[in-house]
Amino acid sequence: MKLLSIFTGLCLIVSLIVNRQKTWAGVKKGALMFLRLLPTLVLMLALVSVVLYLIPEEKLSKYMGEGSGIAGWVTAALFGSVALIPGFIAYPLCGILIKSGVAYSVIAVFITTLMMTGFLTLPLEAKFFGWRVSIIRNLVSLAAALLIGLIMGFFL
Amino acid sequence: MNKVQKYIFPIIFLILIGLSYLFDFASGEQIGLNFWMFFKEMILFLPLMFILIGLFDVWVPRENIEKHIGKESGWKGTGLVILLATLQAGPLYGAFPFAYILWKKGCSIRNVFIYLGAFSTIKIPMLTFEIGFLGLKFSLLRTLITLPIFILIGYLMEWYLKDKDFEVKQP
Repeated sequence: MKLLSIFTGLCLIVSLIVNRQKTWAGVKKGALMFLRLLPTLVLMLALVSVVLYLIPEEKLSKYMGEGSGIAGWVTAALFGSVALIPGFIAYPLCGILIKSGVAYSVIAVFITTLMMTGFLTLPLEAKFFGWRVSIIRNLVSLAAALLIGLIMGFFL
Repeated sequence: MNKVQKYIFPIIFLILIGLSYLFDFASGEQIGLNFWMFFKEMILFLPLMFILIGLFDVWVPRENIEKHIGKESGWKGTGLVILLATLQAGPLYGAFPFAYILWKKGCSIRNVFIYLGAFSTIKIPMLTFEIGFLGLKFSLLRTLITLPIFILIGYLMEWYLKDKDFEVKQP
């Protein structure tokens, strides 16, 4: 985050020095795009906060824990696909899940779906790629996550 | 979605959260807290990202992108987009606008999806986090397994979309 701010600041300064008009045109373009997306973003974050409230942490470790078998995989994949948790929360959560007996392969599925798929972000993704392609990308990623989990299971 | 619909749901949501706080409705307050956590992350990070995208749009010439990560760029192009993606940070929805600008400048369909794959799964700032909590072995193994899989997804999407007039739209 800090790095990104510094980097953006530097780019902005250099750009301003080289060509002021071009810089403002670029910033305006970016800002407009952001403002147009903002309502969709807020809606998406609202959906995520409701889902996250409905599924608390203890339930997760219960459903994905030791001896959960296929159910653990399904929970990991489902929850991972729906939720959208920033890394700084997701990894500590995974650390806790591992300690409470969740298998590494299940964690791999969870992490991968968490990052690659986002069914709640579909309205946003569809604005760029269209609904059909977005849904296909998410489904393919979900399949990929399960495959990754399976292969991880062989090694860990 | 028309204009009214676009704004009405977020506004209703915010009003409901406001009412929850007013009347001490615990579930609503908890959801409000969650929302605030996500919103904070987004509002700090996305405006910066969009400024960069705007600057990228005005400064980087199309020929450069097309030559390096366009249709004919081959493995070198793939390597380049992966490198580009791993150096970034933030949630996946931050990558969509960047994917749009890359595509607009002539990046190939395959590389757009490889970019999304790399962005979501092997960002370096995130990997350091992962190593900290899940260990080097897990992280390394996951990266090595994931890498070929999302490259394959890129090829798959390219193959699927090749005669479909696919375009990344500006929202």
